[in-house]
Amino acid sequence: MWEYLSDSFNWAGPEGIWARILEHIWYTFAALGISAAIALPVGLRIGHTRRWTFLAINLGNAARALPSLGLLMLAVLLTDQIGFLPVLIALVALGIPPILASTYAGLSGVDPATIDAARGMGMTGREILTKVEIPIAMPLIVSGLRAATLQIVSTATIAALVSLGGLGRYVVDGLKLRDFPQMFTGALLVALLAILLDVMFAVVGRAVVSAGLKD
Amino acid sequence: MTWVADNLGLIWEQLREHLYLAILPVILGLLISVPLGYVATRYSWLANPLVAFGGVLYSLPSIALFIVLPAILGTKVLSTVNIVVALTIYTVSLLIRNVIDGLRSVPVEVRQSAVAVGYGSMHRLMAIDLPIAVPVIFAGLRVVTVANISMVSVGAVIGIGGLGELFTQGFQKDFLTPVVVGVVLSLLLALVADLLLVVLQRLLTPWARVIAAPPVEVA
Repeated sequence: MWEYLSDSFNWAGPEGIWARILEHIWYTFAALGISAAIALPVGLRIGHTRRWTFLAINLGNAARALPSLGLLMLAVLLTDQIGFLPVLIALVALGIPPILASTYAGLSGVDPATIDAARGMGMTGREILTKVEIPIAMPLIVSGLRAATLQIVSTATIAALVSLGGLGRYVVDGLKLRDFPQMFTGALLVALLAILLDVMFAVVGRAVVSAGLKD
Repeated sequence: MTWVADNLGLIWEQLREHLYLAILPVILGLLISVPLGYVATRYSWLANPLVAFGGVLYSLPSIALFIVLPAILGTKVLSTVNIVVALTIYTVSLLIRNVIDGLRSVPVEVRQSAVAVGYGSMHRLMAIDLPIAVPVIFAGLRVVTVANISMVSVGAVIGIGGLGELFTQGFQKDFLTPVVVGVVLSLLLALVADLLLVVLQRLLTPWARVIAAPPVEVA
């Protein structure tokens, strides 16, 4: 494995390690962005209005049972094409539930007395949402994004099965060629990327959580 | 539908493998996390590092673990042992937090009463602490069981994955039915396992039902 990693030939070029890492990050953030764009507004709406709450709760639980590999294959066969679109669909389907569920959980955890107090001060519904509910729910919203990211970054690996790039290429190609050092390289890099993103979210979480909530 | 009828034997075989690969790690993980969690509550400086380390382990992508483990364990890449060990690692990394929280949820008065009536530490753990911790431990157990069942399929990428093999097969043959069958069975398996755990928890904590019953109205 070290031979593979220390060979500079393997790092450069359009099929080099750097390119694969960038591809992997691109898939991850594209899917995360779309998931968040869908799940955050819906979760905020459910949490704020307290309507359709069963949807938010049950979706979060059911999604844990979804087999990611099956979802990917299903997306490929249903869209009848191979490439970025089915992978994106599968990754977004995995990303939405944790974000939706924890956004709702964050908002529903806000003390009703706090909301009453905000309303008593003359805040409008929108102000209550942006100035009271979202800041209080922030730790859980971030942890939902974090869970979705981990799920997506790890599933993006199997995107290589449907002939996409990313770090999964090393795993899939290595398996075909019985080139185990190459497989280890891919696996190790995915693990490192996952840990890196996790640390990043921990830092972001610290930065965006209101000082009033820290103990 | 004819495909299903023609392949019932194969589907059954893979369902059984899937169940085995998902449940064995839950049992092993429980057997490891309970003593580990117990030690962590006795030496409380251990608790936070253990939970944090578990968080890091849980963030490792399953496919990565399936492949890296053989190098560490000296097993073959295509051995089921890798899947079992990987999922056991996930189980422990998640359950350890619940075991510690559960054991900590035992009220001090209860623990002191147990000591006062002469329970030794082992007897107290089995008869007092663990039963009280059951709801918290089971909450974690339900999460890991469902997660394990969905994660086993990923093993199909390296050739061992229970129902996951239906996914790769369907993909290779450009044939939707096996994929749908695999997804549906995998979801059903998770649902049934979750229900069974709920039932088991109720059986293990008969007193919870008494508390949950509506209070008798006093005239």
